[in-house]
Amino acid sequence: MADATLAIERPAPRPRIPEWVEAILVRLAGIVAALLVCAVLLLLQGYHPLLAYADMAVGAFGSRFAIEQTLLKAIPLMLTTLGVTLTFTAGLWNIGAEGQLTIGALAAAWLALNHPSLPALVLLPGMVLLGLLGGALWALVPAVPRAYVGMNEVISTLLLNYVALLVVDYLVFGSWADPTAFNFPYSPAFSDTARLPMLFGDVHLGLVFALAATVVVAAALGHTPWGYEIRTSGASPGAARYAGMPVTRNILVAMAASGALSGLAGMAEVSGMIFRVQQGLSPGYGYSAIIIAWLAKLNPWAAVPVAILFAGLLNGGFALQTSKVPAAITYMIQAAILFLVVAGESLLARVRRARAAAAQKAALGGAR
Amino acid sequence: MTRQGIRGFVLIALLAAMLVPGDTLAQAKPKVAFVYTGPIGDAGWTFQHDIARRHLEQALGAETTYIESMPETADAVRVMEQLIQKGYKILFMTSFGYQKLSLEVAKKHPDVFIVGTGPGIGLAPNVKTMYGRIWEPRYLTGLIAGKMTKSNTVGFVAAHPTPGVLPGINAFALGVWAANPQAKVKVVWTRTWYDPPKEKAAAKALIDAGADVIAQHQDSPAPVQAAAEAGKYAIGNNSNMAPFGPKAFLTGPVYDWRPLDEANVKAILAGQFKSEDYYGGLSDGLLSLAPLHEAIPDSVKKMVEQARQDIISGKLQVFKGPIKDQEGTLRVPAGEVMSLKDITSTRWLVHGIDGPSPTAQ
Repeated sequence: MADATLAIERPAPRPRIPEWVEAILVRLAGIVAALLVCAVLLLLQGYHPLLAYADMAVGAFGSRFAIEQTLLKAIPLMLTTLGVTLTFTAGLWNIGAEGQLTIGALAAAWLALNHPSLPALVLLPGMVLLGLLGGALWALVPAVPRAYVGMNEVISTLLLNYVALLVVDYLVFGSWADPTAFNFPYSPAFSDTARLPMLFGDVHLGLVFALAATVVVAAALGHTPWGYEIRTSGASPGAARYAGMPVTRNILVAMAASGALSGLAGMAEVSGMIFRVQQGLSPGYGYSAIIIAWLAKLNPWAAVPVAILFAGLLNGGFALQTSKVPAAITYMIQAAILFLVVAGESLLARVRRARAAAAQKAALGGAR
Repeated sequence: MTRQGIRGFVLIALLAAMLVPGDTLAQAKPKVAFVYTGPIGDAGWTFQHDIARRHLEQALGAETTYIESMPETADAVRVMEQLIQKGYKILFMTSFGYQKLSLEVAKKHPDVFIVGTGPGIGLAPNVKTMYGRIWEPRYLTGLIAGKMTKSNTVGFVAAHPTPGVLPGINAFALGVWAANPQAKVKVVWTRTWYDPPKEKAAAKALIDAGADVIAQHQDSPAPVQAAAEAGKYAIGNNSNMAPFGPKAFLTGPVYDWRPLDEANVKAILAGQFKSEDYYGGLSDGLLSLAPLHEAIPDSVKKMVEQARQDIISGKLQVFKGPIKDQEGTLRVPAGEVMSLKDITSTRWLVHGIDGPSPTAQ
């Protein structure tokens, strides 16, 4: 009888490797699998996959120019990912990072275009502020109905992306159009005082914004009461309410903060890279942010390396095109990575469930 | 030598040959890269540029590459730098939006030559632009549309209200009215260069509004297809779109970049690159009309041919005043002719065109 008691009290056997290592391995396996799948597709089209991937790697990281360009692309990716991470952690499906980035860019650009003679020390912080505000307000538009009547934010945030693009069109074809640009849809270029200073090489100050934001978001989520509330709301809104947390207020704050981060990304793009308002301010950073946030398992620190890798993937894709591989390959790889990593995660969840069930069975089975 | 020995020797020789850097072999072969704003499969603007690219391979033995669907943003700069790193010294940038970006790149690489698309907004010693006077062939297609419409309503599917598009629509309308003063001209804006479903829907809307000839400034042949499906006539854009609607396709302006591209590459190789804003049109063959539909009466064909020659000789000026805009403002006084600069800065539609004003877009 002593044996039986001991058997019930024995805890489930630990997995041989820590869970966080498992998570990384699943992601790596997903990425490798995605590269294999795309290699097969490349082969079928008559391209040499290893040469193609080598080309991509060189295009992404193979020279000082490449590394700088990859970092430049990583800046808006990091900021939008942090924004998206915040909302996803809160259980809010903010698909509107693209629109929030755009409106933030427009708000910052408004100051640059209307007050170009202000000194940089006034203009740049002003643009940062407007970028944050613009993005936050654009995110609040769908946040309010979500918070008060539960309107599904997936659709509202997504559709507002298109509205934001139309606002850009309205401005660049209309009152913001550069009169010397033969009626092509651009604004005049920003004055020198409205351009972010360079940090090193071609990389602008936006990198500091991105890294600072990472620290702030990680600290907020992990080490503040508010962060705790956010994480609880995301895990179980019912539990959050029961514990007396201000869920409605937190929805608004989380969405606004997320929008602000994306708006900052827009400001950084427009005053660090593009220096004017035009169509195509963002090649889909807000959407890529969702994939990166997922791959980084909603961890703000992990967002930095994953964003850099993603930026490398995008730049590598351009390099690949110069070898005549079709542009679609970059998007195929992105999609395959997401698909296979999600599949890997779901497989891992099954394995863990089976493992736990077996352990439970073993523990119970011992009590005979 | 044994057989093994010979095989081994050949293998090593082949490997060694592959290791020789391409440049030493390619000294005589110019490396030319094309950057496109859309897909080659658009059967329109980019397609015609690609024909020229392949012509360079055949005629000059050039080693070429291309990038499709490159947005006119900072990414284009990255791609240009990557092409230059790979040894491409001649770049053809086939859209207006690349100009500012090209100037940046041109400054950093004085040994690289860039041929862009106009209207020119700035040159450099190693940069030139090319542009086609699209309004010339559009006027001719307007004449045909005016004569071939039975419902006296002609439709135009337009992309964006930009300088490449607006003078074309205006010239088209003026041509329609020169041939048929009673005809109505309706314009619909799709706000996209290339989106076949949208363009088709726009054409259908015009057909529903009574148009029986559909013209377009779009990169895809979707409006031609819509016209063919409805049994109406169509006027194409950029390329010969007859395969997409043989019974419907009356004609259309066609770009032929081959002679100009070849001349430019030859000039670069001979060290005689000329930095300029080049304007081509009917006179140098950059623009011409696609073969005319057989249903077009001979009298109309003669009229069009005469007009074509008159434009080339200067006897016929497409934009001769008086011309008013949709709001009634006199844009070109009577007897005056619009300058090239004014034409390429047009921001208005001619009075009488039925459609939203471009500034309202």
